Amino acid sequence: MSRIETVLKRLKGQGRKALIPYITAGDPHPDVTVDLMHTLVDAGADIIELGVPFSDPMADGPVIALACERSLKHGTSLRQVLKMVEAFRASDSETPVVLMGYLNPVEAMGYTAFADAAKAAGVDGVLTVDLPPEEAEDVAPLFSERGLDAIFLLAPTTTEERIRAISGHSSGYVYYVSFKGVTGAARIDVDDVAEKVSRIHSLTALPVGVGFGIRDAETAAAVGRVSDGVIVGSVLVDTIAKNQEDIEALKTALANLLRPMREALDELAS
Amino acid sequence: MTEEMLRSLPDSRGHFGAYGGRFVSETLMDSLMHLEKQYFQLRDDPEFQAQFDKELADYVGRPSPLYFAERLTRETGGAQIWLKREDLNHTGAHKVNNTIGQALLASFLGKKRVIAETGAGQHGVATATVCARLGLECHVFMGAEDVQRQSLNVYRMKLLGAEVHPVESGTRTLKDAMNDAMRDWVTNVDDTFYIIGTVAGPHPYPLLVRDFQAVIGRETRAQCLDKTGRLPDALVACVGGGSNAIGMFYPFLTDESVEMYGVEAGGLGLDSGQHAAPLSAGRPGVLHGNRTYLMEDENGQISGTHSVSAGLDYPGVGPEHSWLKDIGRAKYVAVTDDEALAGFRRLTRVEGIMPALESAHAVAYATKLAATMDKDKIVVINVSGRGDKDIHTIAKLDGIEV
Repeated sequence: MSRIETVLKRLKGQGRKALIPYITAGDPHPDVTVDLMHTLVDAGADIIELGVPFSDPMADGPVIALACERSLKHGTSLRQVLKMVEAFRASDSETPVVLMGYLNPVEAMGYTAFADAAKAAGVDGVLTVDLPPEEAEDVAPLFSERGLDAIFLLAPTTTEERIRAISGHSSGYVYYVSFKGVTGAARIDVDDVAEKVSRIHSLTALPVGVGFGIRDAETAAAVGRVSDGVIVGSVLVDTIAKNQEDIEALKTALANLLRPMREALDELAS
Repeated sequence: MTEEMLRSLPDSRGHFGAYGGRFVSETLMDSLMHLEKQYFQLRDDPEFQAQFDKELADYVGRPSPLYFAERLTRETGGAQIWLKREDLNHTGAHKVNNTIGQALLASFLGKKRVIAETGAGQHGVATATVCARLGLECHVFMGAEDVQRQSLNVYRMKLLGAEVHPVESGTRTLKDAMNDAMRDWVTNVDDTFYIIGTVAGPHPYPLLVRDFQAVIGRETRAQCLDKTGRLPDALVACVGGGSNAIGMFYPFLTDESVEMYGVEAGGLGLDSGQHAAPLSAGRPGVLHGNRTYLMEDENGQISGTHSVSAGLDYPGVGPEHSWLKDIGRAKYVAVTDDEALAGFRRLTRVEGIMPALESAHAVAYATKLAATMDKDKIVVINVSGRGDKDIHTIAKLDGIEV
């Protein structure tokens, strides 16, 4: 059983929901990413989505696009991101790490080299925003052979037929994008999400994480009520942008954002 | 390569060999599949095709002439040089062929809002024009750098009723405009049609843009046969994304005797790293929804580009060109900014035709090529657009304030 599966199964047994924060690796500086990952775990993260910076993040809004620019200014490469995961693993062997990004840096490194290095570094899953399952024929087997979970997106526009097909290619969890738009927009409609997620649940046994538009404990709880986990990105990355000069203040600010979400999600269990 | 193979691509998944495909976030997949289905129906629909042909004839002003550049030929001293005059189209470039086609598609699909990206502004102007013609709401994304370089076209778009959105992110050029257009599309996918300006992007765009632009090559073929009694020996067209080039090449793909040259922006020289020539000096990767040759660093980050021509300043290229390069059916070369500027001045002075700086790249290479060929050979240059929009750039280089 993969580390992701183990964690999600344990949470489900406890009646709890997964809290999945996203940060961009190398933002504001490559030296602090591992430290920030531990901060997220201390504040209640169950799984970490670690963004691989890309020069052209066309599915992301300005907050994450700027984080990519900050990170790339320091020359952060995919290889370095894998080193960060390795360093994180040295003192945390439990928390799953999902790499999230775009295909081209992976292509540039080479699929096999990437799959080997990701496994060796302690990566658990890979979510490539611009890689639908139809184009993943070459890379998906490389992941599954190494026990890396392939996580794919489902969107409000995804038909039932595609939900079935995409779920069939996925492992770990599926990531439901809560609205039509880019990351960081505030357009989430919880009733709509509830309806869509229940439809997804009826079509696949995989856990469903919901991302896009979750900014505070209240939306986290509302989405957690209908899903298996909530993914929180832009609001954290925005906090990083605002506190980039003072790392201690940044860690406090991140924890202060995440902890109320943790508590709100855990209240759902009781 | 069999004839059938050359013409049959892309395959059902939008692949040209290893290139093309559909690399977009899930939100857009349904829309792309719907567009593909709808386009395949309309492609064979006589009513749609008749309407498209009528627009090309009465609104665009086609057919565009095939002109024998007698003085340029004499001065060059080699093969006969002929010009396919896409600069004479309404709005001044080949771009309008495609925007008319896609705007008709948008209307058939019932979409009222159109978005587009533009570099030099030619595609933006062509899109704003057809939106005015068909009563569609129009939004054009343009890199902030290009907004400055092409202020005249920005004003034209505004006059035509379009809203121009300057893009401040990334390198503030065409690739960033395309990123922002895709962001808008993801957000407004229900009511918005994205008119992509070149033969790149996710399937079916490279296919449908090629189909709309292939009128260039069809006309050239018939006109050359009519005027000279035979096919040309070489075709030369500039390649940014590559839509005018593929439009010219496609109807000749199975004519083995016809050589094809795509001319990329060599900028300050391929060795300088300051260029926009992915086929000449790049490698395959994935950007903007397709796999194709790209300019990127060793980590897969897309490189900044440079060209004197904003319209060629793009780090990628249409996937069909990548495939034609690999199988050797077309040759891809690069000329520098200086060579292109010399080409611009030469055609202007010798023939009284002021080409777009994009097209000037093709002129520069074609004259070099023609000089090496016998006098009985025929070279056709695709003059993809007119140079009015580039007057400010040229004047600035001459130290003149216009």
